[in-house]
Amino acid sequence: MIIASKKPIEEIIQEVKDYKRLLILGCNECVTVCEAGGKKEVEVLASTLRMHFIKEGNEKKIEERTLERQCDHEYLEEIRGIVDNYDAILSLACGVGVQFTAEKYHSTPLLPGVNTCFLGANEQRGMWTERCQACGSCILARTGGICPISRCAKRVMNGPCGGSSKGKCEINKELDCAWQLIIDRLRDLGRLDDYEIVAPIKDWSTERAGGPRKVVREDVQV
Amino acid sequence: MSLRTLEELKASGELRTSSKLEAILKMGHLAVTSECGPPRGSDPKAVTEKAELIKNHVDAINTTDNQTAVTRMCSLAACIHVKQMGLEPVLQMVTRDRNRIALQSDLLGAASFNINTMLCLSGDHQSFGDCKQGQNVHDLDSMQLIQTVRRMRDDGKFLGGDDIKRPPNIFVGAAANPFADPFEIRVPRLAKKIACGAEFIQTQCIYNLDKFEEWMRRVRERGLHEKVFIMAGMTPMKSAGMAKYMKNRVPGMDVPDEIIARLSGVPKDKQAEEGINICVEAIQRLKEVEGVAGFHIMAIEWEEKVPEIVERSGLYPRPQV
Amino acid sequence: MRLKCPANFRIIRLPCTGKIDVIHILRAFEKGADGVYVVGCMEGDCHFKSGNFRARKRVEQAAKILDQIGVGGERVKMYNLSSGEGPLFAQYSIEMDNKIRELGPNPVKVALQAKKQAA
Repeated sequence: MIIASKKPIEEIIQEVKDYKRLLILGCNECVTVCEAGGKKEVEVLASTLRMHFIKEGNEKKIEERTLERQCDHEYLEEIRGIVDNYDAILSLACGVGVQFTAEKYHSTPLLPGVNTCFLGANEQRGMWTERCQACGSCILARTGGICPISRCAKRVMNGPCGGSSKGKCEINKELDCAWQLIIDRLRDLGRLDDYEIVAPIKDWSTERAGGPRKVVREDVQV
Repeated sequence: MSLRTLEELKASGELRTSSKLEAILKMGHLAVTSECGPPRGSDPKAVTEKAELIKNHVDAINTTDNQTAVTRMCSLAACIHVKQMGLEPVLQMVTRDRNRIALQSDLLGAASFNINTMLCLSGDHQSFGDCKQGQNVHDLDSMQLIQTVRRMRDDGKFLGGDDIKRPPNIFVGAAANPFADPFEIRVPRLAKKIACGAEFIQTQCIYNLDKFEEWMRRVRERGLHEKVFIMAGMTPMKSAGMAKYMKNRVPGMDVPDEIIARLSGVPKDKQAEEGINICVEAIQRLKEVEGVAGFHIMAIEWEEKVPEIVERSGLYPRPQV
Repeated sequence: MRLKCPANFRIIRLPCTGKIDVIHILRAFEKGADGVYVVGCMEGDCHFKSGNFRARKRVEQAAKILDQIGVGGERVKMYNLSSGEGPLFAQYSIEMDNKIRELGPNPVKVALQAKKQAA
């Protein structure tokens, strides 16, 4: 899922301080699971902002709403009737949700309430770690199911580099060396010989480098 | 390997480039290289003065490419200064800062100055340097850079497939760290670099001689020493403090406690001399190891000691090519 | 057993302190409470294993938020006691009452009252 983290409250206060009527808009998908922008976080942020601005003598109308998804037309339509009641929307969705909402409600300022971080997994309660960089051309079949693009600090395709030490990465002793993990897994799968296959020069055109990407599926279009 | 003269070597047709390092290695001499770290400024004297100190004692001089990710004068410019002194530079290139367009372009630039030797590296992560907030590129990795150079040289083709007019004439090297983890793939990793086209290897600094010899034994077991010239990396310690720092703080470095104990065992003002002794003894021991084709002496900001190390190790005078 | 407790607090009963959420604490302040304290079972004695640990974390989160907006994180506190410790319960309520008096009224409440008077 998409992992996001809450923006510091001071930053949010700066963003919203000049708007009188504010809608805080949560999302029921990824940001709910990673506890950054679901209904609960919307409630807490709304209460916090209301108290702050009352205390500052700058009372605002701050209301709450959480949609099933902010990256889908049909759910975003649910707020069409109320959007004009607000001077701005503070969206706690990922960057996709913020932008899609902004595209739909062109004349309402849209502010992000979270930092969208990466594609990751819920490794343990309160800890999310990166697993994918959406390069658009998956090589996991060749790397023991462990991605060197998202998990190696140098995205080395033929690793490990000389900085791998006791299974950890040179940049941070807490961080597993992706190539150590790959080699361990290849060994356990009895496929260590595959290590010596040189990974070819990667076509990065399906990644960010190729410009904004699009997937079109004519078979499901109506 | 018995020694051959340059004429014999030329007649054999084994020379692929006009690299002086290639010629010396293929003539059968133990080669000696050293390095010049370019300055954090634009004064060419910082390069030429260092080169001057070591020029009679080494066959070629590596110029490092923004080592430890600290911004410096570019490696290519430093190489050109070395070349203009009539010496043999080794262009170090890391894949951290440039994409495949820039790498190929810089290679052509180097070749235009008849820079004939290079070393392909991935480069230290930028978080170690002075631009921690910068992007890294890593469009290619070090192995893919080796493949790229070989393709440009041998096939005369760019990565995109077009022909190169006057392809680069470059002898290609790579680094190897016999001490990094996991140890079991250290030799397979070398084999991979050779498969990609590496012709010589400069290793990480060697302090744990036993472990290095074990690595060499495994290298010979697979016959890899006959496919690539392995130059042992040597860095003299200036003090016990430096040894401790290298042991504890530099990733992938294996400094045995005996080295630290030996340096700590002499007074502070004698530690530098002891560091040189340790280095000379190591070279003398490794000279005898089958498959060691030479030495790469990285005397970091201590270039003036290179002549002494080379002379005392019995590697002087250098062969004339 | 009749124990003297301050009369100015309202008890909200929960099945377990693990049920409390940050928003419950914040809402109390939004509605004008000057302080909130949460009384859970002794650590290690939670019937639901970790309810009181969760409560402590949430109290800490609420305190952090209240600090960030200048309401004051000391206005919220977590206590632990066992069900037989009535006197300790009374003592904690007095302690909290004293602490809040020392801090003065909730500034959010003060701002709201000032606004009402002006209107």
